[in-house]
Formats: sequence, structure tokens, C-alpha cells
Amino acid sequence: MNSAAVKSQLDRPLKNHAGFGQTLRNSLTMALRGLLKIRRTPEQLFDVTLQPILFTLMFTYIFGGAIAGDVHSYLPIIIPGILVQTVIGTSIVTGVQLREDMDKGVFDRFKSLPIARIAPLAGALLADTIRYTIATVLTFIMGFLMGYRPEGGIGYVIIAGLLVIACSWAVSWIFAFFGVIARTASSVQGISMMILFPLTFLSNAFVPVDTMPNWLQWFVKFNPVSHLVSAVRDLTNTGTIGTQFSLSLISAAAIVAIFAPLTVRAYMRRT
Amino acid sequence: MNTTKKASSTEWAVEARGLVKTFGNHRAVDGVDLNVRAGSIYGVLGPNGAGKTTTIRMLATLLRMDGGEARIFGHDVAKESHIIRQLIGVTGQYASVDESLSATENLIIFSRLLGLGRAESKRKAAELLEEFGLTEAANRPLKNFSGGMRRRLDLAASLIAQPPLIFLDEPTTGLDPRTRSQMWDTIRRLVVTGSTVLLTTQYLDEADQLADRVAVIDRGRVVAEGTVDELKASVGTSSLHLRVHQASDVAAARDIVERVLKVRSSASAEASKITAPMADPDQVTDLLIALRSQGIGLAEISVQKPTLDEVFLTITGHGAADNAEQTAGHSTVLEGAKA
Repeated sequence: MNSAAVKSQLDRPLKNHAGFGQTLRNSLTMALRGLLKIRRTPEQLFDVTLQPILFTLMFTYIFGGAIAGDVHSYLPIIIPGILVQTVIGTSIVTGVQLREDMDKGVFDRFKSLPIARIAPLAGALLADTIRYTIATVLTFIMGFLMGYRPEGGIGYVIIAGLLVIACSWAVSWIFAFFGVIARTASSVQGISMMILFPLTFLSNAFVPVDTMPNWLQWFVKFNPVSHLVSAVRDLTNTGTIGTQFSLSLISAAAIVAIFAPLTVRAYMRRT
Repeated sequence: MNTTKKASSTEWAVEARGLVKTFGNHRAVDGVDLNVRAGSIYGVLGPNGAGKTTTIRMLATLLRMDGGEARIFGHDVAKESHIIRQLIGVTGQYASVDESLSATENLIIFSRLLGLGRAESKRKAAELLEEFGLTEAANRPLKNFSGGMRRRLDLAASLIAQPPLIFLDEPTTGLDPRTRSQMWDTIRRLVVTGSTVLLTTQYLDEADQLADRVAVIDRGRVVAEGTVDELKASVGTSSLHLRVHQASDVAAARDIVERVLKVRSSASAEASKITAPMADPDQVTDLLIALRSQGIGLAEISVQKPTLDEVFLTITGHGAADNAEQTAGHSTVLEGAKA
């Protein structure tokens, strides 16, 4: 600390907005903060560790016989389904944690720092992709242990994993929006569950669509989660990248295009 | 410092005119003017609920102002908020640090956000922890930090960018006396290095110890402004507390007090207690003789340094506690009637 340093602050040229480079740097630093938090409190990874193990076991053995005749032939259908359901479900926590975080004093400091306004949000969402990665890897490992051998090969399995992580990141903007506008963390959880359940269960994730009534089939075919599940099945089971793949990415991009500006706007208004 | 224009914009760290903030029907800040000269310590003195924190939060871009205008080093607070944030450091009433991280991690993250490189951030964090005596606790999680350590870390975080203006919202409330005087030393050092400090406090002695000028805030308005000496002169250097034996003597005793000390006195709710400002403790002798000659018996007498309450009494005609109760929405009329 010396007085020259303090004085020089007043003489350097000051900008009244954060540029793109700064926004990116700030977001990455906020992501680093998220990772440090995870390292400090690893127990917050319980859900992404236990859920894939539990759900994969449960759903496969419960539905396997009824839907595909036997457990083994159900695996190529259920593993992509359970993967999408688990990882997207994990993204709810992003909104809940964001709400809890924003209630803490440290957000006052973020607001008083000359950083990009979107950085605390973007950083938190970015750090959470680590959670999606853990859930993805564990689901595939569980599937493998239960006898699932994806025909597409390891390369396509990795592509499928990345696709699911990217789409879950996009979906997490929806929950981040509720995180910003809701008053308490538990209400975020409540609202998000109401959205998540229809979205994941009214899809082709667990059962064949043609067993459903017509009006429901219409929704299921329109549901972006169905496209994502189909894309993952195409990748892992046949090693193809087709229309379902593009449709999933387009849906994800649309979600980000709608909810990212909404979320940032709501966040700024609260600032 | 090359042009004369620069000099004029840096003479005043803060220029605020008619700041207003309303929450519902409540005008928390009701037309506050503040002028803080660069390089000084400025104290904003007032009880809880007077509008101190709201004023600071508006100046620090954390709250939008509903009326008035403010400039910080010549920059408009409402229009140039991103620039303002590059010129200020804020230390809130409740430590704004990350509970889930260690002290070092906190400072590194804040440094990185302020644009410092990886190595530079580490060095800065170590340097600040050393300066604030937190080196030993550097890697412990903040959950185990005492209130004083948290405050120090919070202040350290505000100093990373060496901001020319530092806001401190009640920097010593809730600290023990030793930590408190350490905090005072730190605040004094900040000004030596060229920063300007705007602090809020509930304690007159804190303003006395630190501030070059003081504004007294009451119910969202500045009710007095000046140097600490000027403020004290208006209250008297000390204050007299008297309790008479017989409640019926209160009126007579007040007359004598006001005649001898030539000031306004006040009787407390318990009625038998009289308080009055006093310029010179020597006058007590005259007063005691006068009381004895009138045959008024005393239960208790003491001469104390003026408290914030007396400053309030003198300036506004009502007490600080009274004020806090009213702003909290309770009426004191009932209690007064009972007494």
C-alpha cells in the first residue's frame, strides 16, 4: 500500500462497462469459486454419486421384465433414459444453490466489484457441469457393470455424455431463473420439481411411446427430453449422429436464448 | 494529476445532494446531503434505523436511489456505476466474505475478479493476510473465525484494489475493546496511504477517535454536520446525571440546573433523573451549593462523557433509543403517558 498506488487509480482511464474478454475471465473465476466450494464441502456431491447408482439399479430391475421381456435387453433402452433423467434432475440443484448463495453476504461484495454482472450466474452454472459429468460417468459405469455393452463404441458414448452435459447446462438456466426470482431455496426446489417431473417422465425415457394415449404421444414427441433420449440411444447403440442429435442441440440453444437473458435481467433488477 | 480539471474532480470524494430512499411508505433516507473531502475520514453518526446503512448502500451502487444525485470523485453514481465500483471498496455491517472458502481462497478469488494474475493474486492474498494478522488462520475454513477475524478479512478484501474511497458500515459494532482499537489503527493507516474513508457508527467516541468531520443522521435526515469538536461543543464536553431523593423536587432541581449551567436539561422517564450537558466539570461545585441551599436532597450524581443519546437529545430534542423505537413502528406515547 502506498499513496501513489491509490492516486493512480483516479488517473487511469475508467470504462463504464465490462467487455467480452472481462466477462469471460470473470465467469471463469466464478466457476473456480464453485469448484473450490465443492472441494471444501464434498458432501454436496452425494446426490450426483448416489442417484445414478440407485436409480439405474431400481428402474432397470423394476421395469426391465415388464417392458423388454428381460433386464438385459432393456439396458440399451433404459441406460440412455436414466442418464438423461438423472443428469437433468441434477441441474435443479443449480437453481437451489444459486438462491442459497445469493442470500449470503458475499453476493453483496460481488455486486460492489467492477465485474461483469452475469459472471456470478454464468460461473455457478459452469462449475456445476462437474456435477453433470460425475453423474454421467457413474450412470454409464453402472450400466456397464449390469451388462450393458454399447454397440456404438467408447467414442460415441463419450459424445453422448458430452451432449447430455451440454443440454443439462442449458436446462439449468431454467432453474437458475427460478433461483433468482424465488424468495427461498425450498420454493425453488418445489417449482423446479413440478417442471422436471412432467418433462422427464412424459418422454420416451422409460417406456415405448406407442403404449401411451394419442394426446400424450403428441406431447411426448414434442418434448425436447425425448429428442435428447433418442439422440443418446442413436449414439450409444448404433453410433449414428442424426436429426435427433441436431434437434436436441437446437432445443438446448433455444432454452439458453430464452432463459439466460431472462435470468440475467431478473438478477440485475435485484442488484 | 496533470490538469486543473482533474484537481477539481478529485477534491471531493463524495458529493451527495438530497438523497432519498423509500421502502413502502417509510422514507428511510429523506434528503441527505454529504460532502466528503478526499483524503479524510468522514463519520456518519446515528442510531439504528436512522438511515446510515441505506445511505452507504446507495452511494456504493448496491441500492438504487429514489431521489437526489451523488458523485464520487466527480463520477455520477447512478449513470456510471461500473466506474464507481472501480473506485470504491465496501465493508458491510455483516462480513461479505465467502463462508465456504478459506481466508486465502477468498482473497485470491476477489483478486482474480479484480483482474490480477494468478501469481499476483497469491502474493496479494499473502500480503494482506500478513498485514491483518490472519496468516496463521489463512487456510482454515471461515466457519471457525471469530467476529473480529471475519471483519478484518472483510476489510482486507476491500483493500485488494487499493480503492481511493472505502465505505465502512459500522466497522466495530460487536467487537471486543481490543479488536476495536486494532480496527481503529487499521482505519487510520488507510488514510495515511491516501484513501478516503466514509464510515458509519453508533458510537460518538468512535467518531471522536477517527473522523475529521461528522454528520449526525436522524430519521433519514442530516441533523448536524461539522468537525467532532464543533459537535461536542454543541453538547458540552461532559454530561451531568442527577437523581433527586423526592420526585416532587424534580422541577425545582431542573430550574437550578438550568440556571447554574445555563443549558437545557431533561428529565428521564423515571422522572427523578435529570440529565444536562455541561461545558466545564468545575461548575458541579456551584451547582451542588445551589442545590444544598434550596434543601434538595440528591440520591445520585455523576459526571459522564456525552453519549450519542445526549448528542441526540441536544440536537433533536428526543433521545436516540426513542428514535429507534419510533422508526421500528412502535409508538412511545403510551409509555410516556404511563410515566
